[in-house]
Amino acid sequence: MKDLSDGVYAQNPYTEEDKKHTISVLVDNEPGALARVVGLFTGRGYNIESLTVAETRHRQGLSRITIVTSGTGMIIEQIKAQLNRLVPIHSVSDLTMEGPSVERELAMVKVVATGEKRVESLRIADNFRARAVDSTLESFVFEIVGNSCKLDAFIELMKPLGLVDLCRTGVVAIARGPKGLDE
Amino acid sequence: MPTKQLNGSAIILKALHDQDVEVVFGYPGGAVLPIYDEIFKQNKLRHVLVRQEGGALHAAEGYARSTGKVGCALVTSGPGATNAVTGLLDAMLDSIPLVCLCGQVPTHLIGNDAFQEADTTGITRPCTKHNYLVKDIKDLPRIMHEAFYVAQAGRPGPVVIDLPKDILMEMGDYAPPTKVAHKSYNPQVKGDTAAIAEAVKLLANAKKPIIYAGGGVINSGPAACKLLTQFTQMTGFPITLTLMGLGAYPGSDDQFLGMLGMHGTYEANLAMHDCDVMLCVGARFDDRITGRLDAFSPNSKKIHIDIDLSSINKSVMVDLPIIGDVGHVMEDMLKIWKASQAKVDEKGLAKWWKQIATWRAKDCLAYKPDSKIIKPQLAVQRLQALTQERKDVYITTEVGQHQMWAAQHMKFESPNHWMTSGGLGTMGYGLPAALGAQVAHPDALVIDIAGEASILMNIQELGTIAQYGLPVKVFILNNQYMGMVRQWQELLHGKRYSESYMDGMPDFIKLAESFGLHGMRVTDPADLDAAIIEMIETDNSVILDVAVTPEENCYPMIPSGAAHNEMIFGTDVKTEGAIAEDGMVLV
Repeated sequence: MKDLSDGVYAQNPYTEEDKKHTISVLVDNEPGALARVVGLFTGRGYNIESLTVAETRHRQGLSRITIVTSGTGMIIEQIKAQLNRLVPIHSVSDLTMEGPSVERELAMVKVVATGEKRVESLRIADNFRARAVDSTLESFVFEIVGNSCKLDAFIELMKPLGLVDLCRTGVVAIARGPKGLDE
Repeated sequence: MPTKQLNGSAIILKALHDQDVEVVFGYPGGAVLPIYDEIFKQNKLRHVLVRQEGGALHAAEGYARSTGKVGCALVTSGPGATNAVTGLLDAMLDSIPLVCLCGQVPTHLIGNDAFQEADTTGITRPCTKHNYLVKDIKDLPRIMHEAFYVAQAGRPGPVVIDLPKDILMEMGDYAPPTKVAHKSYNPQVKGDTAAIAEAVKLLANAKKPIIYAGGGVINSGPAACKLLTQFTQMTGFPITLTLMGLGAYPGSDDQFLGMLGMHGTYEANLAMHDCDVMLCVGARFDDRITGRLDAFSPNSKKIHIDIDLSSINKSVMVDLPIIGDVGHVMEDMLKIWKASQAKVDEKGLAKWWKQIATWRAKDCLAYKPDSKIIKPQLAVQRLQALTQERKDVYITTEVGQHQMWAAQHMKFESPNHWMTSGGLGTMGYGLPAALGAQVAHPDALVIDIAGEASILMNIQELGTIAQYGLPVKVFILNNQYMGMVRQWQELLHGKRYSESYMDGMPDFIKLAESFGLHGMRVTDPADLDAAIIEMIETDNSVILDVAVTPEENCYPMIPSGAAHNEMIFGTDVKTEGAIAEDGMVLV
């Protein structure tokens, strides 16, 4: 008998701990496509930590959805299988499993401060390579790009310095190396 | 050469014709009047007028399951569509191919809370395999053909097409179906040969094998059922079937251990629990099958053949998944088995059958006979005995105790003769499903085995049966309770029979007669056979109201939260506290 590591056998995806996964989905850009994906997650009780969507291949009418989710190995396998059987979905890739990838998120952070705090906020922004995209005499709007941890750290630092508003895009991600998403 | 343009409704009818649709079950209303106008003008498509849209969907399911074709329903917007929802979800959970055409308010009124408007695609999204809203007449022919493809391809399911009224009246070009592959939905049908070869090795080395097959085999078609039967008989392995799979293997054959699961046989469940290699064919390890998950067949290698990747490792971890259509995979498995000259472990198998024989000897479906009052099990057994000579018997059921007794005591020799709501458990399924099956098989004997509570949920369909002269037989096991609810209250809730008794039941004889049908009632076991024979031999539709033991429970039973080897039985059951506390929260 072949040993269980042989290719035809299921890799045991069962791990007790929840792990974060970034999943890229190519989907027909048609009404209801996003609702199908989101409805699948809520209906089956899966987590969505972030979700971004935009048309990426205009000529083919395809949108790319990047979902950050978490779950046990068994749940992540289910999520991918469930996504795959939605009719308008062309491909599902688990960027966390399929080799290294680059993840980026953009945030805009509004800080209201004067005096020493204003100077400090500008100094930290500089350290984080955040840019001021709007300024008044008492406020800045910083734009910062990076992975989610970097954004979290920046936001934490801005809180005591007068953070009044912020928005984040959610994660977009792409595999490293020459290979395209559906190749 | 440009062809003559047609209006949307005519395009729909042409597409239905090109998709070989002969019958549509429906109910008219404002938004679908243009389609009904086209139906009026032609004779190819037969329309069966139901009494409520829910009935149309179940009738389409009965039609689909008894023929293997796509069932088709036509309902109006708003309440028409919302009434269809239960039937859609029923078809979704049981993987039944349906196309449901829904009317919709004109495109310019969508979103306006117009009269009889509902967000049909929104409401039906989680209870269909796919749905479409047609906003441009140019898309209509493509969507019509695609809907039929999606309904049947891979794991079958229901598809909704939402049709705004202006689209139904707009002129456009028709296009016939094409062979072009779908741009994104192309399920894998051929199984991986290496995996199949490995499965053959596992099975050949098995000492205690079991084949566990389900509705996927029936969905794959009669050829798949033949191949499964051939494989089972070639290997001599024991086989058990799920509620959905009954008929995929001959029910009277000795290798068949009966249905498995919550109300399955002792021998089937114990064989599942103790086996060393399990071949799961087109079944999905449903919670009614597995019982307590951490105690489910703990020492077996599991091979799982399924066309739907999401069925793999959903609840039970399997060792060897094979993605593909059962028919293709079983064909390859037989080929590889023969080519590799695989031999079963005769000694091990003989020992295994000996073990199974001891379980069989328990006679788990036995019940205490009664000479004064008809036992429900007896009623089903007599129905089986008095119909077994006929090949053209189609059985539908409602949901509850009678459904389980029917599954336990009726024997199905071939696929597509048994229709029951398995996944969703829809009371009220059986009567409309029976009329759908009867429309497909006008001369066959179609019997709805019902309970007196379930039958009332879609009793209005007696009107449809009357209108079309369908000779459907309704065999009611009347125990005056919602039997399964009462059973659970007895076992779980200290015999507090909260709202499970129904007063004010109709006189079923008069009810039948009021629709121009034949009504009968039998109370004495001595008269049972004669009553069944009269029911069968009456040309018209018959309601036979069988008064059965009110307090009879359905056994054997795996209580909620228990394992396969913790079954309880009719004879030695301790009722109070039979189900552990933590099982009570389960359904």
